[in-house]
Amino acid sequence: MSLTLSEVEHIAQLARLELSADEKERFRGQLSAILEYAARLQAVDTRQIPPTSTVLASACYLRPDEPGESLSQADVLRNAPQVQDGQFRVPPVLE
Amino acid sequence: MTALVDLSVIRLLRLLDRGEISSLELTRSCLERIEQLEPHLRAFLTLTPELALQTAQSADRMRRANRENPDALPPLLGIPLAVKDVLCLKDVRTTCGSKILDNFIPPFSATAVQRLLDAGVVVLGKTNTDEYAMGSSTENSAYQVTRNPWDLGRVPGGSSGGSAAAVSSRMTPAALGTDTGGSVRQPAAYCGITGIKPTYGRVSRYGLVAYGSSLDCVGVLARSAQDAALLFTHMAGFDPRDATSSNAPLPPLELGSDPDLKGLRIGVPKEYFVAGIQPEVESAVKRAINHLQELGAAVREVSLPHTEYALPVYYLIAPAEASANLARYDGVRFGVRVEGEAMWDVFYRSRGAGFGAEVKRRIMLGTYALSAGYYDAYYGQAQKVRTLIKRDFEQAFEQVDVIAAPVAPTTAFRIGEHSGDPLAMYLEDIFTLPANLAGVPGLAFPVGFDAQRLPIGMQLMGAHFREDLLFRAAHAYQQVTDWHTSAPEISIG
Repeated sequence: MSLTLSEVEHIAQLARLELSADEKERFRGQLSAILEYAARLQAVDTRQIPPTSTVLASACYLRPDEPGESLSQADVLRNAPQVQDGQFRVPPVLE
Repeated sequence: MTALVDLSVIRLLRLLDRGEISSLELTRSCLERIEQLEPHLRAFLTLTPELALQTAQSADRMRRANRENPDALPPLLGIPLAVKDVLCLKDVRTTCGSKILDNFIPPFSATAVQRLLDAGVVVLGKTNTDEYAMGSSTENSAYQVTRNPWDLGRVPGGSSGGSAAAVSSRMTPAALGTDTGGSVRQPAAYCGITGIKPTYGRVSRYGLVAYGSSLDCVGVLARSAQDAALLFTHMAGFDPRDATSSNAPLPPLELGSDPDLKGLRIGVPKEYFVAGIQPEVESAVKRAINHLQELGAAVREVSLPHTEYALPVYYLIAPAEASANLARYDGVRFGVRVEGEAMWDVFYRSRGAGFGAEVKRRIMLGTYALSAGYYDAYYGQAQKVRTLIKRDFEQAFEQVDVIAAPVAPTTAFRIGEHSGDPLAMYLEDIFTLPANLAGVPGLAFPVGFDAQRLPIGMQLMGAHFREDLLFRAAHAYQQVTDWHTSAPEISIG
């Protein structure tokens, strides 16, 4: 199992991660080694086995859909890098 | 005379109740100890001394005002506590050991933290962690390397390494940690203390910054099973803010002074005693199992046949969940932003500059495992093998009440020993990962030392929601042994 540089770049793009040329090369080697190790899972016969996404025995609890107290606007905005008129400010989304 | 910082939570509560010490005096002792050792150990990312002293003073006032009615007092009133920096504490910086959250001040507290605050604890500060709890040595912190109090050239384990070093070195009687793949139990073992990873869902994850949501558990590090049990009971329980928190009843924790384990069935999984394990670790764990047998427990061999697959399963599922959870760091609502012309540039640059190497590696790995064309072969297959690992435990717990095993294959390794080889670092987790994948509780506690006087840990694992059996067995062991009271001599010459 060996990833190509363009595969690494594709994954980084899906993950919205800017990587340096150095990082891409290092991750190419390291991720290849880890995936190689993980390949041993392919040997396990799981044809009759359902997947586990949660270990909880009972279904997740859903709370009643009732309005309650929430954080104030000031609390929600106070960690934002940029704020304007009580809103999060971001650069243009469309060019 | 024994110093205040050496005493257990149980003992401190008794002294506070009798008015023989004040919380202010105790908190000052902890802060002085921190001031003396912190330059050498670097266990804390943020210290909150003013907040701690204020809280201690009001705890003392409350205690004085209720002298006639001590039962009305919060159960942990005045007890100092350190909190791993992945748990939110309202109005105190919470970084997760990451530069991307360098300036994050949470507007709320995690439920686990809030419940202990309501029970009266005094928070001393936030402890160091591998970035986003991703690591087994605390070397992945973006801020500092924490040292093992038993040998300053070695790691304290991780990712709750700051909490483990702080408890072991007597900076605090107890601390909170989190365990996604062993991050409470492994540092507890490396630092010679006791650590509980509860059943998945037993403690609310609300306000715990998410890493692997189907695996994350909030736990306690302390110097005895009794102390860990006490804090655990005040933290556990259903929370409407966490859809995965459980309302399973908490069995009463009666930890008496009679170390009798008659009727307890202990299983020893042969898959945990394999080539590569440090011989001293194997022999110390086997001695401890014999000791439990002498206390009345029945010991037999069990098999957890899919143990060897836990590592690849974990290192696909946890990164997959992490890649989804960490998508929220986009430089918009919180965290560090690196400016760019368009929104996409901000995303790429903020994440590229804000995350460290291990976090990027896991995001990449998880993104790959979830991506079109690879999902079934990697993530899907890992979820199916997870079912087999979970069934292994279910079958074993039809035959025994608890499973005893080493926590890690070796004692604490040297700082830098595994850097540059992520897979070698991941292999440190082989004995702790299965409990997270199965969701079962695990309790680590010290059972000896190796030839270099580095602590050796053993873990007991139980069926879902049977933390009580783990505490009972470890407490019995600690009644008749003194490994857990050994303190490191910290060479700060």
